[in-house]
Amino acid sequence: MIKNYLIFIILITLPFKVFAIIEVDITRGNLDPLPLAVSPLSIDDKSKKEFQKILKKENIGSEISIIVENNLKTSGLFDPLSKDAFLQAPDIANLKPRFEDWNLIKAQALITGKVSLVDKKLRVEFRLWDVLAAKEMMALAFTTVPNNWRRVGHIISDKVYERLTGEKGYFDTRIIYVAEEGPKTQRIKKLAIMDQDGFNNKFLTLGNELVLTPRFNPTSQMVTYLSYFRNLPRVYLLDIETGTQEVVGDFPGMTFAPRFSPDGKKIIMSFAKDGRSDIYTMDLENRIVEKITNHPSIDTSPSYSPDGKYIAFNSDRSGYQQIYVMNSDGSDVKRISFGNGLYGTPVWSPRGDLIAFTKLHKGKFYIGVMRTDGSGERLLTENYYQEAPSWSPNGRVLIFYRETKTNAKGEGFSAKLWSIDLTGYNERLVSTSTDASDPSWSSLLSN
Amino acid sequence: MILNKIFKNTLLLLAACLVLSACATKKEVATEAIKGQMQGDVYTGTDSVEYLADGVPDRVFFATNESILTTASRETLRAQAAWLRKNSSINVVLEGHADERGTREYNLALGERRANSAKDYLMTYGISSDRISVLSYGKERPVDSGSNPLAWSKNRRSVTVKAN
Repeated sequence: MIKNYLIFIILITLPFKVFAIIEVDITRGNLDPLPLAVSPLSIDDKSKKEFQKILKKENIGSEISIIVENNLKTSGLFDPLSKDAFLQAPDIANLKPRFEDWNLIKAQALITGKVSLVDKKLRVEFRLWDVLAAKEMMALAFTTVPNNWRRVGHIISDKVYERLTGEKGYFDTRIIYVAEEGPKTQRIKKLAIMDQDGFNNKFLTLGNELVLTPRFNPTSQMVTYLSYFRNLPRVYLLDIETGTQEVVGDFPGMTFAPRFSPDGKKIIMSFAKDGRSDIYTMDLENRIVEKITNHPSIDTSPSYSPDGKYIAFNSDRSGYQQIYVMNSDGSDVKRISFGNGLYGTPVWSPRGDLIAFTKLHKGKFYIGVMRTDGSGERLLTENYYQEAPSWSPNGRVLIFYRETKTNAKGEGFSAKLWSIDLTGYNERLVSTSTDASDPSWSSLLSN
Repeated sequence: MILNKIFKNTLLLLAACLVLSACATKKEVATEAIKGQMQGDVYTGTDSVEYLADGVPDRVFFATNESILTTASRETLRAQAAWLRKNSSINVVLEGHADERGTREYNLALGERRANSAKDYLMTYGISSDRISVLSYGKERPVDSGSNPLAWSKNRRSVTVKAN
């Protein structure tokens, strides 16, 4: 389905030791985003015409620069300046920027580049400049099939983000989610996948059966989800490149709440029978099933720590929904949530230091984070209804879904995806063509 | 002058009191209407209820986060058991549901628990477990799309559906 993931990356010049003059502090929120200029990537006339034919885009150089600009802006850490103020033409800027000009419009960093068609392939080179120090910070070139042009924009964004913040980016990623339509009492739900910025949306199921909670494998293009195929709620495995799917395990009842282990080799999920739900794992290679929890309560929403040693999960063994952590073999179960209210959907951060959760307290729903021992609880956002946080691969942003309250006639229901920084700043609606819920963020597609 | 001011303030206060009491009365009427259909927060009305046969309601309702059967629910299930004993060729699916005020995955488990508490009761009244299957929809299939306590109470349910 998705052809040619390979993008060749060539380092033009090794990023020699640069004195870190520009530095963006991710932990501070978007109080003071860094002003930078994203110059349109220059393009020669011949390539421009060819790309118009192949991609039906007027100027692919500008299009790619717009992707970079939007990504950096959405992160909340950067403030891309209006192109109207740019004084230097793209082709000349890419050769040697006139730093005084860029300084004049208050740009602290500058991104320039060049696009060309080489052997029917898209070749892009780009440079990141430190305007104040008047120095090149980074220069890279990519060659790929023309259809990958949006990904090139995302990869450039990731490289810039990484160079300026010191942490990996999250732009060359995708979101799998549940697309929703129809009245609340008869909702039609389909699996859908899109680029992190909402483009290239595709539906993966037709909506004939109810589907819920898709989650990416952190190491491959596999997805696990819950489907009511033939009215039997079961955990399924889907290869999004080939479209093949299969039931996970042979359980005499409902399996749900699936997630992959960090190495992608196991699925962890709940199995409900006789009014109790326990947590199980299934090894995808040898199909061995293991029972992890054994308690008459509801044990669900399991999520592994990134090192695979621990599992956070949701249980009502105390009488109400709370968050627990145990060893990956099920031993040493400890309750970690002790605040007021109910706690659900624990999700371990890819950095390992935090657990994101949903909290219900006095009729309001919160997305929050706590340390893995339950200390340091911090609520990021409050609303009528929201749940199911999923981490960006760098552990800096959470995506979740939010539902609206209906009016007295039961009208006005909607479900949308939202994202928020770990800092609690930069809350944004993630635009989708339909209503949407249950988002799951992929790993970086390229590294 | 000062007196005048005090007088004015009193009037304002009076007006505010009137507005407030008007609101209170309105609210009370609404709560009364709900009271007729709810006991605690368990639905006791008949709005969405269908019948498997004369005098055999198809569903039972639950309190928030609970799967305990109320007296009324047990009565409904005894009627269902009697009907099932009479119609021994009929199998049923018990569909468990939750309201929208809970996380999706927990609600799936809760729906399963509710349907099972109905199943257990039918079994104690002589219905074989072979004739009963259980299916949880969590919060996916509300009957009432409202975002209010009455709508939620109708949605916290286990519905007995003929399977053949």
